[in-house]
Amino acid sequence: MNCAENMFSMRLSALSENESFARSAVAAFCLPLDPTLEEINDIKTAVSEAVTNCVVHAYNGAKDKYIDMTVHIDARLNKVSISVKDEGCGIPDVKKALEPFFTTKADEERSGMGFTIMRTFTDCLQVKSEEGKGTEVSMTKFIRGASDACARRNAGIDRACEER
Amino acid sequence: MQSRIYNKGIYTVIELRGELDESCAAGVRRQLDEELAGKQVANNVLFDMRGVPFMDSTGIGMLLGRYKLLKQAGKNMFITNVGPQLDRVLNTVGIYTIMRKVSV
Repeated sequence: MNCAENMFSMRLSALSENESFARSAVAAFCLPLDPTLEEINDIKTAVSEAVTNCVVHAYNGAKDKYIDMTVHIDARLNKVSISVKDEGCGIPDVKKALEPFFTTKADEERSGMGFTIMRTFTDCLQVKSEEGKGTEVSMTKFIRGASDACARRNAGIDRACEER
Repeated sequence: MQSRIYNKGIYTVIELRGELDESCAAGVRRQLDEELAGKQVANNVLFDMRGVPFMDSTGIGMLLGRYKLLKQAGKNMFITNVGPQLDRVLNTVGIYTIMRKVSV
């Protein structure tokens, strides 16, 4: 049986120890789309960045907090959609947060490149955030081909982020 | 993540082994700084990434932090045996402009 669409969701404790599991689980789930090794690594890296943000920034290391992840694959469109959601502190200025090298934790040797990596390693990045409520990071990656169409979508989404 | 530090030729080599992310970065940082403080460190410090199949921006932060400390101490920092995933992350961040990739 070859399903065109498939999805899974999971709730993880917001612990850095879960990052490795999260990125490996998402990567494994995408395998039916036959991604290249580079594409698999891109997905793993982007997921790792999103989960790190939840642990370090959204919850600031607090205990008993959760991350909700949903992954959807569409074999007809060769598309992977990943949502990483927290109920943490939220981001006051999303546009600022998306700037390369911007970090609120420079004293902890943070590079400020998490969102830049997510944006570079996926085709579309969208960040919805509300202070005191939480953040949802949505990433889409097209596995082989479809890059032109995606670049157009990505441009639109970038504008939408900036307007927020 | 494991690390091993030894002197070889013109380099003090820092060999890392394992995936480098938030779960281990703070420990690695502490371990390296402690070990380097108790060692005769050459003018050239080489991070050997042969045993690191994965790293994210937390690892970048750790490398940049060591770079700053080494620079303050008048040392040069180099990086070698970078796998494809690391190479893509390091290139994206533009890290090779401050720590040169070498083959040894």
